[in-house]
Amino acid sequence: MIASLATPPIDWFALAAPLSLLAAGAVNLLAAVLVPRGDRRVVASVVAALGYAAAIAFAVALYQQTPDGHGVIADAIQRDRLGALTSVIIAGSGLLAVGVSFSERMSDDHIAEYYALLAWAGAGMTFLASAGTLLTLFLGLEWFSISLYILCAIDRELVGSLEAGLKYLIVGGFGSAMLLFGSALVYGATGRLEFHEIAAQVSAQDLSHDALLVAGLALMIGGLGFKASAAPFHMWTPDVYEGAPTPVTAFMSGATKAVALVLALRVLVTAFPQEARLWTIAIAAIACASLAVGNLAALVQTSLKRLLAYSSISQAGFMLIGIAANNALGARALLYYLIPYCAMSVGAFAVVAARERELNRPVTMDSLAGFGWERPLLGGGMTVFMLGFAGFPLTGGFVGKFYVFSAAYEHGWTWLVIVGVVATAVSLYYYLGVIRAMYFRPSEELQLAAVAGGSPPRELLLQSAVGAAIVVTVGSFFAVQPLIDIARHAAESLRF
Amino acid sequence: MTTALIFLPVGGALVVWLLPLRPFAVASTAFLVALAEVALWIDTLARFDFDKPGLQLDEQQSWFSDLHVSYHVGFYGFSLWLVGMSVVVLAAATGYAFWAGRDRPRAYYGLMLMLTGAIVGVFVSQDLLLFYVFWEAMLVPLYFLVGVWGGAGRLRATLLFVIYTMAGSLLMLASIIVLGISQGTFDLVNSGTNSSDWIFLGFVAAFAVKAPLFPLHAWLPETYRESSAEVSAVLSGVVSKLAAFGFLRIAIAKFPEPTADFRTPILVLAACGLVYGSLLAFRAPDLRGVIAYSSLAQMGLITLGLFAVNPLGLNGAVLQMVNHGLISASLFLIAGAVERRAATGELDALGGMARGRPALATVLMATGVIALAVPGSSAFAGEFAILAGVFTTGWGYAVVGAAAIVFAAMYMLRLISAVLHRSPGRAVTEAALDLRPAELGIIGPLVLCLLVLSAWPAAITERSFPTGRTLTELAGSR
Repeated sequence: MIASLATPPIDWFALAAPLSLLAAGAVNLLAAVLVPRGDRRVVASVVAALGYAAAIAFAVALYQQTPDGHGVIADAIQRDRLGALTSVIIAGSGLLAVGVSFSERMSDDHIAEYYALLAWAGAGMTFLASAGTLLTLFLGLEWFSISLYILCAIDRELVGSLEAGLKYLIVGGFGSAMLLFGSALVYGATGRLEFHEIAAQVSAQDLSHDALLVAGLALMIGGLGFKASAAPFHMWTPDVYEGAPTPVTAFMSGATKAVALVLALRVLVTAFPQEARLWTIAIAAIACASLAVGNLAALVQTSLKRLLAYSSISQAGFMLIGIAANNALGARALLYYLIPYCAMSVGAFAVVAARERELNRPVTMDSLAGFGWERPLLGGGMTVFMLGFAGFPLTGGFVGKFYVFSAAYEHGWTWLVIVGVVATAVSLYYYLGVIRAMYFRPSEELQLAAVAGGSPPRELLLQSAVGAAIVVTVGSFFAVQPLIDIARHAAESLRF
Repeated sequence: MTTALIFLPVGGALVVWLLPLRPFAVASTAFLVALAEVALWIDTLARFDFDKPGLQLDEQQSWFSDLHVSYHVGFYGFSLWLVGMSVVVLAAATGYAFWAGRDRPRAYYGLMLMLTGAIVGVFVSQDLLLFYVFWEAMLVPLYFLVGVWGGAGRLRATLLFVIYTMAGSLLMLASIIVLGISQGTFDLVNSGTNSSDWIFLGFVAAFAVKAPLFPLHAWLPETYRESSAEVSAVLSGVVSKLAAFGFLRIAIAKFPEPTADFRTPILVLAACGLVYGSLLAFRAPDLRGVIAYSSLAQMGLITLGLFAVNPLGLNGAVLQMVNHGLISASLFLIAGAVERRAATGELDALGGMARGRPALATVLMATGVIALAVPGSSAFAGEFAILAGVFTTGWGYAVVGAAAIVFAAMYMLRLISAVLHRSPGRAVTEAALDLRPAELGIIGPLVLCLLVLSAWPAAITERSFPTGRTLTELAGSR
C-alpha cells in the first residue's frame, strides 16, 4: 500500500542549509562518545562552526539561484530569497554564537551535546524561515524551540540556568499551543494548510469576516509574538535571557527574533492579505506595547543581561513597525534592520559573556566601571552596539530605524513615527547609561572583591566574534545600497 | 575638496585610535591635522568664487537610491565663513588640550578630530538625512568629551545635555522623514519649499535646543561649567552656531510661510533670551557662568537677526556668528588659563591679575572690548546690522537689542575688572604666571582674527550671500 502513495519530488538544494546543520549536530553526537574528553570541546565547536559556515554558503547560493520564489516539496517549503536571506542572518548569528561559546566555562561532560543542540536549533530556524504551510511552520517552530529549551538549562552549575529552561519550556509551550490552536482554526475555516491557498480560499469563499478565521489569526499572531518576545507576550524574556548561559542568550536574542519576525511577515502577508485591515492594527498595537514595556522597564535595570533583554523587547517593537506598515518598504526595512540588529545583539551579549568570565559573576551596571578603558576592543564594541541600538548614525541601527519609520509614514501612520521617535528618546537613557558605566566612572569606584589577578583572559574567538559584529554594524551603515537591494529582492518574494 | 575637508580629520582620528603612538606623538599628530584642516580651508577659500551664485565645490554620490538619499556636500558663501571659524576654533581647542595635557590622549584627540569632521559635515551637507547624520555624529564625541574629561558634576551635566539635545534631534528626525518621503527626495538643493507648520516646528525644536533659545537652555550652564575649557570653547563657539546655521539653511530657507507665521513668537523668545541671558551673565558668580550666559544672550541676538529675514539682518547674523564663535572660544580658553593658575573660577576669589601679567591682561582686554561691541569692533558691526535689520520688522526688538548691548558692556566690564583689576584676590598668588608663549600662540590667533574682522567686516557681510538673492537660492529649485 505504501508504495502506491505518491511522494513529491524533493528539492534537496532548498533544504541544504538545515540539512548541513543537522549533519553537524549528528556528527557532534558521535563526537560525544567517540572523541576523547580532552579534545571534545575543540572538535565539537569546529564541527558546529563548519555546519554554520556551510549553511551560510548554501543559503547564499540558494539566494543567487532563486530569483523567483516558488513552493517545493508539495508546497511545504517556499524556496525563495526571503527564506535564503533569513537563513544567512540566522546562520551568521549562529556562527558568531559558536565563537562566543568556545571559552565559556562549562563542564566538558556535555560539551559536544551543547554544540549539537546549537546546530540543531539553527537547523530548525533555517527550516522555519522557508516554511510554506501551517504544518512546516509548527514543525520548524517546535524543532528549534525544543533545542533551545535544553540549551537554556544545559549548564547545571550555573545558578538560574535550570529555572530559565523550565520557564522557557512552560511559557514557550503555551506560545506554541496558541500557535497550533490558531493554525487549527485557520485550517478549519479554510480547509487548506498552504499559506497562499489559505489566502485563495478566503477570497474564493469570502471568508474575510469569518469568526473562526479571525480567531485563528489572532491566536497565531500571539504565538509568533511569544517567539519574537514582543509585549504582551514577553514575560519570559528577562528571566530566560538572564538565566540562560550567555552565549545561548546571544544566539536566542539574535536568531530567534529574526526568524520569528520574518515568519510573522511571511504568514501575515501571504496567508492573510484580506485581513490586513485587522492585523496591521494589531501588529502596530503590539509594536507600541513592546516599545513602551521594553523601554520603560529597561530604564530601571541594574543587571546588564536583563537590561539587554528589555532592550531586545523594544527592538522587536521597532521591527514590528516595519511589518505593521504592510508595504514593500516595510518588508525591506525589517529585512535590512535584522542584519545590524543580529550583529549588535550577539555582539553585546558576547561582551557581557567576556565580562562575566573575567569577574566570575553576573554583570551589573556597577561592575562595568572602567571596563571600556581596560578592554579597548570589547568596550569600543559595546559602545558601537549601544549606539546602534539607540539609532545613532555610523551604525546600521540608524538606517534601520530610518527605514522603519519611513515605512510607517508611507503607510500613512505618522502617529506611529512619533511613537517610535519618543521611544527612541527614552531608550537613550539606558543605552547611553551602559556607555557611561563603562567609561565615565573610574574603576577605583568599583568595589569588586576578586577580579582574578593578572591580565584578563585572551579569548581570541570571542574577540573576533565581537570584531565581526562591529564590522557588520558599522559596515551596514555605509553599504546601505547593496544591502537594501538584497532586502528588496528578498521582499519581492512576497506580494504586496 | 569639500569631502577632503570632512574626512581629513576623520582619517586623523582613525590614525590616532588605531596606531599605537606615544602620548606626545598622539597630541602632536592631532594638532597637526587640525592645522592642516585650517590650511585646507584656506585653500578652499581661494577656490571659492564669490561672484558666482548657488552651491559651489559640490560633490554628489548616491547613498541609497530607493528613498533618494545621497551624499551631497557643497559650500555657500556663508557656510564657507562658518566652516572657517569652526576649523580655527577647533584647531585652537586641540592646541590648548595639547598644551594643557589630557589623560587617555588617544581617546581624547581621536574624539576631538572626529568632532571636527562631523561639524564641518553639518555645515556642508546638502541632503537632509546627511545633515542629520553629521548632526548626531557630532553628539557622540561631545558626550564622551564632557562625560569623561569633565569636572566633578559631569555625569549630571552630560545627562542633561544629551536628553535635551536628543529630544530636539529626534523631533527633527521625524520632520526629516515626513518631509523627505512626502517630497520624494531628501536633497536640499533639488527640492522646493514646504508650508507645513508641524514639520517646521520639528526642525525648530532641534535648533532651539542646540542654540539654545530661551527657555530651552537648562542644559547650558552646567554643561559649559563642567566641560574642560577647550570643550566649552567648542560647545559655545561652534556647536551653538550649527543651530543658528540650521535655522538659516533649513527652517527659514525651506519654510518661508511657517517662518512668517511663527516669526513673532520666535522673535519674542529670542529677545527674552537676550535680556535674560545678559542679566544672568551680570549676576553669575564665576567666569564660566558669565561666558555661558553671555553665550545664551548672543544666540538670542543672532536669532533676532536671522528671523528678521532681510539681507541686513541675515548678513549681520552671519557676521555675528563668526564673531561670537571666535570671542566665546577665546574667552573660554582664557578662563581655562585663569582657572589653571587660580584653581578656581569664582570671581570673588580672583582679581588683580593684570599686575605683572601683561599678556593675559592684553588678550582678555582685547577680547572683552570686542565682545562688548565697542564701535569699530567687528561685534559692533554685526550687532548694528542685526538691529538695523530687525528694526524694519518691529522697532521694539531693536530697542531690546540696543538695551542688550548696554547689558553686554556691563557684564563684560564686570568680568574684566573682576579678573584683572581690583586688589589681588585670595586665589591669585604671586606664583601665578603670565600667559605662556604656547597659550599666547593658541589664543592670540583667535584675537587676531577678530581684529582683522574689526578692520574689515565687509569680508563677511559682502561675501556671505554674494548675489543678493539669498533665500531664493537657498530654497532650492523644483
